[in-house]
Amino acid sequence: MAFTFAAFCYMLSLVLCAALIFFAIWHIIAFDELRTDFKSPIDQGNPGHARERLRNIERICFLLRKVSARAALVLPEYSIHSLFCIMFLCAQEWLTLGLNVPLLFYHFWRYFHCPADSSELAYDPPAVMNADTLSYCQKEAWCKLAFYLLSFFYYLYCMIYTLVSS
Amino acid sequence: MSAPAGSPPRAAGARSQPKLGGAAASGAAAGPGPAPPPQNGPAQNQMPVPSAYELYSQSYSIPSGHHFQGPGKMTSLPLDGQCGDYYSGFYTASTQNAVTPKTTHQPPGAEQVYGRLLPAPHSAGSTPECFQGAASPASHLYVSASQPSSSFVNHYSGPAMYSASSSAVSQGFPSTCGHYAVSTVSNAVYPSVSYPSLPAGEPYGQQMFTSQNASTVRPVRDNSFSSQNTALSRPSPLPPPPPQQYHQQHSLSGYSIPSWSASGPPSAQDNLIRNHAGSLPPANNNPTNTGMQYGEYVNNQASSAPTPLSSTSDDEEEEEDDEEAGIDSSSTTSSASPLPNSYDALEGGGYPDMLSSSASSPAPDPAPEPDPSPAPVPTAPQPSKVAKPFGYGYPTLQPGYQNAAAPLHSGGQPSPGYSGFQQYAQQYPGMNQLSSSLGGLSLQSAAQPESLRPVNLTQERNILPVTPVLAPVPNLNLELKKLNCSPDSFRCTLTNIPQTQALLTKAKLPLGLLLHPFRDLTQLPVITSNTIVRCRSCRTYINPFVSFIDQRRWKCNLCYRVNDVPEEFMYNPLTRSYGEPHKRPEVQNSTVEFIASSDYMLRPPQPAVYLFVLDVSHNAVEAGYLTILCQSLLENLDKLPGDSRTRIGFVTFDSTIHFYNLQDGLSQPQMLIVSDIDDVFLPTPDSLLVNLHESKELIKDLLNALPNMFTNTRETHSALGPALQAAFKLMSPTGGRVSVFQTQLPSLGAGLLQSREDPNQRSSTKVVQHLGPATDFYKKLALDCSGQQTAVDLFLLSSQYSDLSSLACMSKYSAGCIYYYPSFHSTHNPSQAEKLQNELKRYLTRKIGFEAVMRIRCTKGLSMHTFHGNFFVRSTDLLSLANINPDAGFAVQLSIEESLADTSLVCFQTALLYTSSKGERRIRVHTLCLPVVSSLADVYAGVDVQAAICLLANMAVDRSISTSLSDARDALVNAVVDSLSAYSSTVSNIQHSVLIAPSSLKLFPLYVLALLKQKAFRTGTSTRLDDRVYAMCQIKCQPLVHLMKMIHPNLYRIDRLMDEGAIHVNDRVVPQPPIQKLSAEKLTREGAFLMDCGCVFYIWVGKSCDNTFIEDVLGYPNFASIPQKMTHLPELDTLSSERTISFITWLRDSRPLSPVLYVVKDESPAKTEFFQHLIEDRTEAAFSYYEFLLHIQQQICK
Repeated sequence: MAFTFAAFCYMLSLVLCAALIFFAIWHIIAFDELRTDFKSPIDQGNPGHARERLRNIERICFLLRKVSARAALVLPEYSIHSLFCIMFLCAQEWLTLGLNVPLLFYHFWRYFHCPADSSELAYDPPAVMNADTLSYCQKEAWCKLAFYLLSFFYYLYCMIYTLVSS
Repeated sequence: MSAPAGSPPRAAGARSQPKLGGAAASGAAAGPGPAPPPQNGPAQNQMPVPSAYELYSQSYSIPSGHHFQGPGKMTSLPLDGQCGDYYSGFYTASTQNAVTPKTTHQPPGAEQVYGRLLPAPHSAGSTPECFQGAASPASHLYVSASQPSSSFVNHYSGPAMYSASSSAVSQGFPSTCGHYAVSTVSNAVYPSVSYPSLPAGEPYGQQMFTSQNASTVRPVRDNSFSSQNTALSRPSPLPPPPPQQYHQQHSLSGYSIPSWSASGPPSAQDNLIRNHAGSLPPANNNPTNTGMQYGEYVNNQASSAPTPLSSTSDDEEEEEDDEEAGIDSSSTTSSASPLPNSYDALEGGGYPDMLSSSASSPAPDPAPEPDPSPAPVPTAPQPSKVAKPFGYGYPTLQPGYQNAAAPLHSGGQPSPGYSGFQQYAQQYPGMNQLSSSLGGLSLQSAAQPESLRPVNLTQERNILPVTPVLAPVPNLNLELKKLNCSPDSFRCTLTNIPQTQALLTKAKLPLGLLLHPFRDLTQLPVITSNTIVRCRSCRTYINPFVSFIDQRRWKCNLCYRVNDVPEEFMYNPLTRSYGEPHKRPEVQNSTVEFIASSDYMLRPPQPAVYLFVLDVSHNAVEAGYLTILCQSLLENLDKLPGDSRTRIGFVTFDSTIHFYNLQDGLSQPQMLIVSDIDDVFLPTPDSLLVNLHESKELIKDLLNALPNMFTNTRETHSALGPALQAAFKLMSPTGGRVSVFQTQLPSLGAGLLQSREDPNQRSSTKVVQHLGPATDFYKKLALDCSGQQTAVDLFLLSSQYSDLSSLACMSKYSAGCIYYYPSFHSTHNPSQAEKLQNELKRYLTRKIGFEAVMRIRCTKGLSMHTFHGNFFVRSTDLLSLANINPDAGFAVQLSIEESLADTSLVCFQTALLYTSSKGERRIRVHTLCLPVVSSLADVYAGVDVQAAICLLANMAVDRSISTSLSDARDALVNAVVDSLSAYSSTVSNIQHSVLIAPSSLKLFPLYVLALLKQKAFRTGTSTRLDDRVYAMCQIKCQPLVHLMKMIHPNLYRIDRLMDEGAIHVNDRVVPQPPIQKLSAEKLTREGAFLMDCGCVFYIWVGKSCDNTFIEDVLGYPNFASIPQKMTHLPELDTLSSERTISFITWLRDSRPLSPVLYVVKDESPAKTEFFQHLIEDRTEAAFSYYEFLLHIQQQICK
């Protein structure tokens, strides 16, 4: 029973993983909000609603932007996840690292290959409402949620295992 | 109102955030939030009051004739003599404070003046009274502010003038606000106001239908009447009536006239349409022919009784425009055939619903039925009179519809134009037996094999039909076919919808819709009723394809919910009978327009607001577009769509922004200059957008003065971004249309752009860069505009690279439109100047809809996933369109989410809700119905190749922007390869060594090759980046008919135009030469050819072209004397000249983009451009058609 670096890594990642789960849930809610719109004629024909809706979309997209001082959700998520990978690399937890590397690469790809032309937004307001973009984003968020949840329990297990075994 | 009132501060706050820094005080000085414009001055200057002066002088420079030696930032305004007094009246609120730079006498109250004065309009947002209150102190302040200045500077041209002008301004306030209050003020006031759109709903609806009713009966009843109509309709507005007018008239006619026969024709438009039924028959001198047609018509109604020939087209999906096509090839002066009329009636256009209803159910109105046949007889003797209404009624001829005449002749003389009328031949192999299959279903089985007939592409040399390709007709039964939406408005790439996504994937064909929702229609039923019947769950509008379960219930055809029929709907005003909901016009027409009740608006319909933002930098003045623009505006000022509330404004910019105060009551327009481009504000927000009618004289003065005001300018910079921000601020209270004229790369302020084009890369075959925008400034601006219901239209008149890909964003996301005039110069390039002139005329006078949204619904199981066009996607099926114009096209990609096995029909419905220029809220609804098929062969049989190509082009544009051009090109080629290989491996069982396509797809490779050689996608040929981007914008937002010409031009031989097969338009004979394939092998040195590329016409004259042609048509004695640059055909008094000109005019009509004509001599250097369009030929960089086929074959075999 010793408190190794690996055990520390797992404990830290356990905490951070909770944060990632929160991010993923937030994404899901955001996209769901984007998708829902009311179909009543009043809403449809209402310019006020148009503005509200537009602002809503923009707000969500801007919240999802990659780099920004305030309220950016994408970059923290990516950086937390990269931090995991670095920690596991240092702790020489190869299996855990291996599990995380695909997502890491995906994040890199997503970050440098963003749909919006401006380098700021990961999600482009005019494009995000296209049904396939939206469903892609939603799927992505769900998958990430599942991944984070699973890895949460995996980290929990690993943490206990390293604590107990050593 | 909370939202609108809240938004300007938000926007301003966001934008000025970086600036604000320590200037928090400014906000306080300016008073409570709602006054972004006024705060800007102080905020930017960040000055305590007294010393602020110098800085103010930067902000506002004063263009006053004599004082005008201001150093530093003073804008040097070149004023000619008259400007002295022109400007003398210019001192208004803002300029007062600025006064002259060197005198130090800033009145301490100045800042407060700002703070107080300008919030006024905003506070007006809450209540009108409050506004009044705010206005009057403001006026006091003005006066008091001007006094100190006058006492300080006595030499100054006069305090009197100051106070005069300022008081004038302040006087002006209340009046504006009166107006303001009415139109925009607050929702708080509004909801209680009942909205004028429904002044008398019920009676209107009734009257209107009554008139419809009467109108249908009319052709029958009295033919003499029809000729009378004709006479009356002739003085109607214009030979090519501006589209918006029709519409209005149209609806008016519906309202006000109790019955046609009683009061005579109220509106030309309607008359014309109606007339055809009655008045065309007389035009026909050929009694036998007439009799035959009518016989056929009766047949349709009875659905029995075989007709000898010519009956095919009643099943064909024809346009309303058919009429002109129904012309005798004999080409005597007046030879309109009655046949199309009956189509007109049968196909669901507008009022003809009567006829079609009678066709579908003989019971209710027996009167019309027997009538058509007697009809022609009495009126036959007056042919000359009757020929007229033609042109008037159908100014929007499309070459595509000329074929309607074909069935008439197909049995008779083989005119060159129609000899190969493939479409009909395909659909109805046994034309003469058609009537036997009128039942409908047996017809389908006959039709399918034909469109499935395998064509060996490599063997078939003349793949292109000589007549324009028509849209295939969905395989529905007769009833539905008649009711279905016109393919001009609504087209689907697959007219047979595959049952499952798996089937669709197997077919490897794109599935999508091509929409042209706001097209100018010659006839459109307008319905006013208190309740607009819609499905309760999916909100679908009731349409011809719903099913009535019983008298009181209907089943939605999109979600299958059973709905109640409201009481009001039970009454049918057409027949004045009760209990026939299925006879209502909504259920008899697939394209209808509702006048929306107040449920459909939360704010009052906005007035028509037009703002012109004009580049007046040196470059712009040099190009000379101002003269043309002002001239066009002067000419069309009265024709701008709108009502008494119409407002107009002007903003010009170079390195500063100039506003024009046009408030009614001023003696001259006042120019206000804002040189603070980093934080733009509006000097006098109320008087910049003025009522068109109240300030007409001032506007005219300004338009007359504008072209000369900047003639000596040396300012080369262009602050487009700040000008747009100002325009946005100006427009945001109401929304409307901003027209931006830009002549160079924006070089100052926000949104400045750098040249990104590398000329050496123009003809690169590898990578084409910079197709995407360089900055998202314009996109953000466009989104803001879209949120405020403002559309930005861009006119780019540039001689060098101006980064259209960035600039276009301002129109793309705000539902505007883009016009591009490369190398524009008013004198050096007269053809472009003329093009601008024509297009401006169309632009200014065409119909416009404001604050529009378009929702597209489709049957459960289908879903839309990507939209193409200029708009903002607000929800998964809702497009937000700040403006809608008749020239905008859209495309939608579809996917099949659930199996459609349990249904045999799918429907699509677009509903476009907009505010007309008259301040009415209207909903235009199109419904398209298509069959569902389960076999792959059927899917191939129903391919609409043109729609598929247009959709593919849209997808390819997206692809080339998101990934790369070469990727997009590969995808295009793969689309052909995949679909053809899928076809040959599944449907046909011929071996793989030959390239086989179903007849419906035979043009697919050709069109794809054309796309690959189109400016947007071509590589290897030198293409300027802006040209390429513009072509892409065109693909995205042009409707299908126009887009197809851009992709695949039509080539005609015009040196031997014959009247054979000609049609009649506007009293003119328009010859119809056959379409040649786009290959040099078709060109002969002895001939002259016309190529119609959509936005350009080329006339290629062969070296040894007949001298008589050159002399008669071009007006030169021989080939050698034809000048190199010839852009006009002279109107000569010869038959061939007349024919050529009428043909070209006919081609030109009704295009959104007026084509430029170039006469290209065989040897001139310009001929390369002509030859670039010969897409079947090989070029250095691209395949010939045959090579392309081989390439495809190779790919398939791999």
